[in-house]
Amino acid sequence: MKWKQLSVFLENKPGALSEPCRLLAKADINIQTFSLADTREFGILRLVVEDSDKARRLLQRNGFAVKITKVVVLEVPDRPGGLAGILDALEGSGINVKYAYGFTTKPGNKGVLVFCFDDPDSAVEILKKKGFDVL
Amino acid sequence: MSKNHEMPPLHPASAVDFLPVAQLRDVQFNRLLSMVQRAFDRVALFRKRMDERKLKPADLHTIDDIVKLPFTTKTDLRDTYPFGLAASPLQEIVRFHASSGTTGKPIVVAYTKEDLDDWSRAMVRSLAACGVHSGDIVQNAYGYGLFTGGLGAHYGAEALGASVIPISGGNTDRQIMILKDFGVTVICCTPSYFLHLIDRGAELGVDMKELPLRIGVFGAEPWTEDMRERIEAGSGIKAYDIYGLSEIVGPGVAMECVHQAGPHIFEDMFYPEVIDPTTLEPLPDGTEGELVLTTLCKRAMPMIRYRTRDITALEPAKCACGRTLRRIRRIGRRSDDMLIIRGVNLFPSQIEAALLKVEGTLPHYQIVVDRQKDLDTLEVQVEVTTEALSDTVSGLEQLKSRLAHSIESITGLRPALKLVAPRTIQRSEGKAKRVIDKRIL
Repeated sequence: MKWKQLSVFLENKPGALSEPCRLLAKADINIQTFSLADTREFGILRLVVEDSDKARRLLQRNGFAVKITKVVVLEVPDRPGGLAGILDALEGSGINVKYAYGFTTKPGNKGVLVFCFDDPDSAVEILKKKGFDVL
Repeated sequence: MSKNHEMPPLHPASAVDFLPVAQLRDVQFNRLLSMVQRAFDRVALFRKRMDERKLKPADLHTIDDIVKLPFTTKTDLRDTYPFGLAASPLQEIVRFHASSGTTGKPIVVAYTKEDLDDWSRAMVRSLAACGVHSGDIVQNAYGYGLFTGGLGAHYGAEALGASVIPISGGNTDRQIMILKDFGVTVICCTPSYFLHLIDRGAELGVDMKELPLRIGVFGAEPWTEDMRERIEAGSGIKAYDIYGLSEIVGPGVAMECVHQAGPHIFEDMFYPEVIDPTTLEPLPDGTEGELVLTTLCKRAMPMIRYRTRDITALEPAKCACGRTLRRIRRIGRRSDDMLIIRGVNLFPSQIEAALLKVEGTLPHYQIVVDRQKDLDTLEVQVEVTTEALSDTVSGLEQLKSRLAHSIESITGLRPALKLVAPRTIQRSEGKAKRVIDKRIL
């Protein structure tokens, strides 16, 4: 399955990150995971939330530029080689990872990884076929 | 080294500068008549406007009747792009130049062989007025190309018999090396660039006061008496203000004499008026308004009552040099929104055209102009829209460089481009403030 990730444009200045987070909190929207890509001048806050459409509308209404990107979310065992296994599975397919981020719940538990592929449909197909837990 | 600021004997081409006023008015009127007749016969737009006013060239009886004639604007040049206002067939046109239009397209000007000779003569008179003479070594740091500054100053200095170094703009360290090694005596560039040369020279251990350099012919951007003082104190040269615009001819429309009391207009070639930019009524000498110029000699592209948008006044008092040519006061502002950045004319609407080209719809933007180390800086801030947003850093960097490239290809200026969050550019009364000019001249 493919998830809708929200990408929010932020200027690189103090307080820029807290505003969208506060808005989501007020609206009771839980952030499941996020990553921040930044340059000296600007940043891109990438968010995976429960209700991405509601979150998008909320952020846009409050003046943020928001882009929806389809990402692939995988559950992997939290042990050495977890990430390498996914990349091995895709080797030779020509699919490119644009960026990825992840988190683990508890040590020894499962890890959740978020991937942005240039061809998410093919990636999901291959990964499922090879037995990965695509969420 | 003590610099020699003595004046050479009067150049023969300068004799016209001293024509008795009555005779000057006769020359102006006779030239106006034949030029108006030429435009009436050959330029469709001018003919149409004369017909609308039921005017014929024969309705002009003295030079003061010029106020009956219709104005020409930059928009007319844009609407007839590229050759619509030409009064000569292409076979007789030997040169084109271009300058910034208000949108994506430049405005084009054309010259016959005679026009180029006239322009050289105006430049000879300009250079001679401030004491340049044959034997001088002239470093011409105006840009060569479509911009009139480079070639205009070049041919004028050559015609005067000076030795010209056609170095064009940029490459500061090389400029300083050549200034020093060639024993340059005259430099032509924008005044802000010369201030930059002084500073950079000091860093490189070159003191302009120690060089034979004695005259600076500075133009293509507005400047102030304060800048003149800084230039002269920092380099020991005399700094002179030259005025011109492509639509009329290029540099050499007006030039200061050694008394540095405002540029004298070469009135026998370019007839000046000052009008109220709102009512368009003529204003008397000494009153500030918009400068309107009429070319009295140009063949390829006569300009009749061209609205320069430069705000100034015609100085009625006689100059100590004895020239009968009126002077214009220092131009500090314009009656439109044109900016001059590093000598290049820039309209905010050009930036709009460039942004639209990339994004399809116009994002909110702001132009921030500043001056750092005596060089103008141009920053364009663009609000990121949901449509243009990318989820990758490289995607946004690409957007930045596409926007910057589009601006450069339309304006000739490479801006620092900054992406900012939506709704961060200040709006006043619902309308964004497009330009912030922080320069203190």
